[in-house]
Amino acid sequence: MAIAVVIACGVSTVVMSFGTLASLEVTRDAYYEQQRFADVFAHLKRAPTALVERIARIDGVKRVETRIVEAANLDVAGMDEPVLGQLISLPATAGAGAGTGLNKIFLRQGRLPDPNRVDEVVLSEPFADAHGLIPGGHIRATINGHRRELDIVGIAISPEYIYAIGPGILMPDDERFGIVWMGRDALAASFDLKSAFNDVSLSLMRAADEAAVIERLDRILSPWGGIGAYGREDQISHAFVANEMELLKGLGSVIPPIFLAVAAFLLNVVISRIIATEREQIGLMKAFGYSDLSVGGHYLKLVLLVASVGVALGLLVGAWFGREVTEIYTDFFRFPVLFFKLDLQVFVLAGIASLLASGIGAVGAIRAAVILPPAVAMQPAAPTIYRRGVLNMFGLTERLSQPTLMILRHLGRWPLRAGLTTLGISMSVAILVASLFFYDAIEHLMDVYFHHGQRQDATVVFTEPRNMRALTEIRRLPGVMAAEPYRVVAAKLYHGNRYERASIAGLDGDAILRRALDEDLRPVALPETGLVLSTTMAKMLNASRGSRVRLELLEGQRPVIEVPVTAIIEEFIAAPAYMHRDALNRLMREGPTISGAYLQIDHNQSEALYRDLKNLPAVAGVSLQTAALTTFRKTMAETMNIMLFFYVLFGGLIAFGVVYNSARISLSERGRELASLRVLGFTRGEVSYILLGELAILTILALPFGCVFGVVLAQLMVANLNTELFRVPMVVEPATFAMAMTAVIAASMVSGLIVRRRIDGFDLVSVLKTRE
Amino acid sequence: MQNVQSVERATAFSVQGLTKIYGTGETQVHALRGVDLDLPQGELTVLLGPSGSGKSTFLNILGGLDSPTGGTVTFQGRDITALDSNGLTQYRRDHVGFVFQFYNLIPSLTARENVSLVTEIATAPLRPDEALELVGLSDRMDHFPAQLSGGEQQRVAVARAIAKKPDVLLCDEPTGALDSKTGIAVLEAIELVNREFGTTAAVITHNAAIADIADRVVIFADGALSEVRVNLTKIGAAEVSW
Ligand SMILES: Nc1ncnc2c1ncn2[C@@H]1O[C@H](COP(=O)(O)OP(=O)(O)OP(=O)(O)O)[C@@H](O)[C@H]1O
Ligand SMILES: [Mg+2]
Repeated sequence: MAIAVVIACGVSTVVMSFGTLASLEVTRDAYYEQQRFADVFAHLKRAPTALVERIARIDGVKRVETRIVEAANLDVAGMDEPVLGQLISLPATAGAGAGTGLNKIFLRQGRLPDPNRVDEVVLSEPFADAHGLIPGGHIRATINGHRRELDIVGIAISPEYIYAIGPGILMPDDERFGIVWMGRDALAASFDLKSAFNDVSLSLMRAADEAAVIERLDRILSPWGGIGAYGREDQISHAFVANEMELLKGLGSVIPPIFLAVAAFLLNVVISRIIATEREQIGLMKAFGYSDLSVGGHYLKLVLLVASVGVALGLLVGAWFGREVTEIYTDFFRFPVLFFKLDLQVFVLAGIASLLASGIGAVGAIRAAVILPPAVAMQPAAPTIYRRGVLNMFGLTERLSQPTLMILRHLGRWPLRAGLTTLGISMSVAILVASLFFYDAIEHLMDVYFHHGQRQDATVVFTEPRNMRALTEIRRLPGVMAAEPYRVVAAKLYHGNRYERASIAGLDGDAILRRALDEDLRPVALPETGLVLSTTMAKMLNASRGSRVRLELLEGQRPVIEVPVTAIIEEFIAAPAYMHRDALNRLMREGPTISGAYLQIDHNQSEALYRDLKNLPAVAGVSLQTAALTTFRKTMAETMNIMLFFYVLFGGLIAFGVVYNSARISLSERGRELASLRVLGFTRGEVSYILLGELAILTILALPFGCVFGVVLAQLMVANLNTELFRVPMVVEPATFAMAMTAVIAASMVSGLIVRRRIDGFDLVSVLKTRE
Repeated sequence: MQNVQSVERATAFSVQGLTKIYGTGETQVHALRGVDLDLPQGELTVLLGPSGSGKSTFLNILGGLDSPTGGTVTFQGRDITALDSNGLTQYRRDHVGFVFQFYNLIPSLTARENVSLVTEIATAPLRPDEALELVGLSDRMDHFPAQLSGGEQQRVAVARAIAKKPDVLLCDEPTGALDSKTGIAVLEAIELVNREFGTTAAVITHNAAIADIADRVVIFADGALSEVRVNLTKIGAAEVSW
């Protein structure tokens, strides 16, 4: 039955991991479908509603939904810091403005705003939860320079904002960025957008060519200040969710198969042992005239039967765990629906793999037993020959105690078995290292990003590009110790047949707060001309130093130029592209112009600063670095924790299983020997030492190997990951090795203690009655 | 020496009302049904009796391998039946040497190392070489058990049992698996230890001829003593033949 459990463990991990991943995708897609999440998105300055007809005529477009999307400063009780709101218009519930139902929000509480009441709003649930806001409450907002008191009538979620990420911010920060839905008329009035829109979403026919649609849409919108349409892939929330799922997949595709492999290995060992102990029976059966084949077949059937029980159990438990974990993630992503889907393929694969593993394990052992003539088989196996071996050469035999000698000789006699046990234990170390390494990687990534690359305390975003006077104004604000200007322009980058959307960040050459870094984290001075790409962007464009990239800037006069790539820099997060600000200003054919500023703040005066910033009409928003840091860590940890928890748990279980298994085998083989020692007056502790000492040696031997394997595994996973939002750096801290090793040692000790209790329970007399 | 009366010696073991019942209910087996016996210090006792009469059970209780259902066993004035498992381990370690029909050597250790195993944890042991010499195995010390004949293995077992100079040497059919020549060599070794170190020895055998080497012969029948006789004409093991 131990075999069945081992198989069940391996199979259930695989089924759980793959089941969860598949289900999450199905669930997400169902949610998208249900809420009619759009396929193509575009933002623009302002266009008349009549333009919709032209858009709708684009080949492949199914539905067109126009909206008004604007930013507002929100004032939430108890928060000094600026809070940015994204105001989004809701279509009228009926009549002419009813819309086509794309990007429908899903009401969790309350109701939709009354079209006749201009101050009623619906808040996004994560934001409302972060501030404890509920329907019936109020929130103050500065909308287009006017302070308004808004009544919260509902709480909703939307597939468009599974993660709500503010402009210029990396990670969702539900405290400082929230979505506010309100009536279209109310918004149109505030921003002077009657019979106009500044945001459009499309859904496409199944066979539509997305790239072509985007191209056409851009052409239609460019006279109206369009800054480039993009597909779901570039939709920030979707990209983020996809990124998280990609991470889970990276973990899930590497670790579970290892579990299965280790399970198969354990199985193999156990089965060979069992068959070996049955050799007398096998001899007897053959003596009675059964053929080799029928004897072998009998045992094979037995093994497969047990294995099948294991597979069935594994599938059941895996499916159950998978469902639970999917549910946790569904809550986490706030999907309003849950579809649990089990991949039949995974089921079948895991099952076949296990049955094969046990079959192969059994066949080898059965062959070895069946091949013997009955007369030989019925006798116990020939005594094992030990050798004095190398130990002798150093006179070690004289210096070591006899029990220690027993340990070493036994290990030396069965090097293959010892090796396999070591391998098994080291695999569990490896799994732990490769799982825990993610935390190191994320810490490293954050350290690079926040402490080397982006050292500002706050980032100010202007509502629209300003001249340098705006910077002088900012510098004059209380608590501003330093302010560095930046210019950001949305752009399309073309290289060869590759195409990417990006924002080109124009930084000053002497910037000290926000810097571009090279591989060794040394700041790189931006060259006076040309484009600087992050490694990720360079890879996506298939460009390298010296490549010429066609740049289509999407603001102002929308210049299109070809620029050389003058440097490649290392960035783990996102895929940025940089230019010297002067060069960018030149390309834009504008004077010294900035989109915002990076600030270094005197924290004693931050309250006054925040207050002043909130009241500056030119300022669209402020994001704080410390907040970004904490939310980054929190978001990453939350996603990974759930899966990693299981992997760490199972990693520990493997260590336990391997050690326990080999301890049991040793015990059954050497029980007589150990009992003899007890008869001779050895205490339980001394006898345990012989058995557990052996395991301790194997465990300790396994630790360094495990660490090495762990790094290899981690590299494998990193190589498997392909995420655009961030690259996972290959960094493993010593503490991670220490933690993995400690966990494995603990697991070994637990199994050792269990086996020790069996030694304590030896029946000494019965051992002595039997022959060896 | 042979004629010294046993009563004059101090008592090594004093056994009173010893009973042992295996199992419960229907399947109960009374292995010992109230055995009273004194074994004097330094004597060589041979235990005889039909199969299943309780000899091994008796010897195992004396050696601290098993506990009785009733009665007491006093060793050098101490009641060993009152000892817990740790106490029994200590008792075996300090006072008892065992030899069994199946030699129970450690296969991964050489002859010398098998003996060292015991001398390492004893207080005033012989050197392993000395012990092996006593049983006539000086030239086989670095062989592993699998490389020794049955008789040689049994002599290693005897060497291992006597190396710590135990107070008592308990042997359960030590010659059971051996031919007469090797059996005699083993018996000689036991006799030697008994004589040289004054070790109290008890030997179970099915071979009545061996009884002649004993100071005292105890015969078991159906869990009780049927006869205890003092052997006044003890002979050397070399003179035994079967
Ligand atoms: N562990 C046990 N459980 C149940 N009954 C037992 C056990 N050990 C011994 N017996 C029974 O106790 C009785 C005495 O056994 P014991 O081994 O002492 O006999 P013995 O005189 O040594 O026999 P032999 O000469 O065959 O070795 C036997 O009837 C035996 O069946
Ligand atoms: Mg017996």
